[in-house]
Amino acid sequence: MALNIVVCIKQVPDPEHFSKVSLDPVTKTISREGIPAIINPLDKNALEEGLRIKEKFSAKVAVITMGPPQARRALEEALAMGADEAFLLCDKAFAAADTLGTACALAPGIQKIGHFDLVLCGNETVDSGTGQVGPQIAQFLNIPYLTKVKEIAFDEERTLIVKRGLEQGYMRVRVKLPALLAVNKEINKPRLTTAFGIIAAAEKEIKAFDCRELGVDPNDVGISGSPTRVVETFQRVSQRRREVIYGSPEEAVKKTTERLKEFGALVQ
Amino acid sequence: MSKEIWVWAEQRQGRLMPVSLELLGKGQELSRKLGGKVAAVLMGAEVRELAAELLEHGCEKVYVAEDPILSLYQSGPYGNLLAGYIEESKPEIVLWGATSVGGELAAWVAARLRTGLTAHCIDLYIDDIKGKPQLVQVVPGWGGNLALKIVCDTTPQMATVKPGVMAEAPRTKAQGEILPLAVEIKGGDFRAETIEIVEEELEERPLEEAKIVVAGGWGLNSLGSFELVGELAKVLGGAVGGTRPALDKGWITESSLIGQSGKTVSPDLFISLGASGAAQFTTGFEKAKVILAVEQNPQAPIFEIADIGIVGDLKSILPLLIQELKKGL
Ligand SMILES: Cc1cc2nc3c(=O)[nH]c(=O)nc-3n(C[C@H](O)[C@H](O)[C@H](O)COP(=O)(O)OP(=O)(O)OC[C@H]3O[C@@H](n4cnc5c(N)ncnc54)[C@H](O)[C@@H]3O)c2cc1C
Ligand SMILES: Nc1ncnc2c1ncn2[C@@H]1O[C@H](COP(=O)(O)O)[C@@H](O)[C@H]1O
Repeated sequence: MALNIVVCIKQVPDPEHFSKVSLDPVTKTISREGIPAIINPLDKNALEEGLRIKEKFSAKVAVITMGPPQARRALEEALAMGADEAFLLCDKAFAAADTLGTACALAPGIQKIGHFDLVLCGNETVDSGTGQVGPQIAQFLNIPYLTKVKEIAFDEERTLIVKRGLEQGYMRVRVKLPALLAVNKEINKPRLTTAFGIIAAAEKEIKAFDCRELGVDPNDVGISGSPTRVVETFQRVSQRRREVIYGSPEEAVKKTTERLKEFGALVQ
Repeated sequence: MSKEIWVWAEQRQGRLMPVSLELLGKGQELSRKLGGKVAAVLMGAEVRELAAELLEHGCEKVYVAEDPILSLYQSGPYGNLLAGYIEESKPEIVLWGATSVGGELAAWVAARLRTGLTAHCIDLYIDDIKGKPQLVQVVPGWGGNLALKIVCDTTPQMATVKPGVMAEAPRTKAQGEILPLAVEIKGGDFRAETIEIVEEELEERPLEEAKIVVAGGWGLNSLGSFELVGELAKVLGGAVGGTRPALDKGWITESSLIGQSGKTVSPDLFISLGASGAAQFTTGFEKAKVILAVEQNPQAPIFEIADIGIVGDLKSILPLLIQELKKGL
């Protein structure tokens, strides 16, 4: 069985630097200046799963991203981890997309790569965190999908038994390929890149496609293809007491316990 | 044009997910401004009792899709049927619980209908946008207490909301009607087939039920461990939660993450330790009766939403606080 696997990866700001991210009040876009970019953590789990499947069966693993030119860095890292091919969907027309506008570019991108059996995604990104892009790609590709995937096992050729997480417990689902699976953190521990991997990656090519090459209507992607839009940012005001206590730790703690008692917050 | 507001009423193992009743509460509020009826869509094997429960919470119409094949959540048939029902009845708004199942289903249906979907809203209301009443969807923004207002230019306007964010619709006299829907399953619908749901006992008491929640953030790193958060929780008989960096560090499990991507809690007392107070975190405990925060940076936005804030170093304050509260109880 030879499988063609496509892994969707997104370049995101490193969450360790989230406190430096700010929103431009005028353009309402996120300013990421000086913030290092990484591969979305769960997308690394998705790639790891693809690579493990490749190690068990014969498979080809492609990675794809929609993003600005610098998203090439994320693809390079994925190639160094062991992906075979990489595709960058890059065009000004793709900018400022919501999840629908994103899926509208990624689905044709995946089709452009050629035949695919399995599409892997992260369950959600750290910067937008919607978890919507995976199911939406699956809809456009007309393939079955599952999210919150924590275990994948091959049942028969081209049929998988998948464990999918729930609030309390899990669901067992039988899925026929081709399918899209969005994975959770529990599924595996992503490998690190090795020096060998980095050298091997230098041989691999990154193919880039713009809107025209993908054959998509610019009105279906990016900001024009996004039905949701931000109309305003505002400061939320809290009605809390907002009493701030300074002073020596002893005094502060004493005063705090008094207040907590006063408010009846310690009664069980 | 119909102006119905729909709530996808999720049932699992024959029980309504509580978030369905919370959305119903919000739906009723929206309909007072927008006009039109609030309806729920309910799918499953034998769900008449659940339909009655929805009516008892003020739902005006319950559309019921009943078929043994729908007893477990099946992504294919559920998605196809819902998209079909929405195309046919054209509700103005559809609200979905952001559960492990509701989130993916809403996303898929939105793609099928080519309409917008806003994830994890913390507030929803109707406002005039360019002379037209629209659903304003509020989500946390970047930096302190900033929030964003999002609108959707296509219909239906759709949003997901996490459990615990909105108040449950109160019980009233049931007055609405139950309307059956046709269930037509297509051949290709079962390419993904749910075989079973396995319920697992939670190791800890669910965070949502705790009267006191003690949550730690990245600031605990300077103590070298998360241990004292647990100790304070134990002294108070409360539960432990944390911010996303605490999860990334492996200090807490995913079921203890608080905020936009995690749980929403409303305990009597919420204690935040070493967390700056990003909106994506604070939205998870806005409804706590009392909020206490310990944080060393006096400019941190956490102080804007706390009842009591201690400016100081956790290293010296946390051991003292534990000691003092041990005495006091
Ligand atoms: C789409 C999306 C969803 C998200 N969802 C969530 C979510 O559900 N939950 C969540 O928590 N975050 C979420 N985040 C991340 C969120 O934006 C913040 O990055 C995160 O909440 C910050 O966590 P923190 O306060 O622990 O860390 P920081 O912001 O780094 O704050 C640590 C604080 O500790 C203080 N400190 C350090 N040492 C000490 C000491 N010795 N004594 C006292 N104080 C000290 C520092 O002054 C600092 O203010 C989300 C982000 C996005 C984009
Ligand atoms: N711009 C993108 N390029 C490639 N994959 C993406 C992109 N955005 C989202 N994805 C994929 O979709 C998943 C869910 O993203 P989200 O809906 O933003 O939470 C991610 O983990 C990725 O696998």
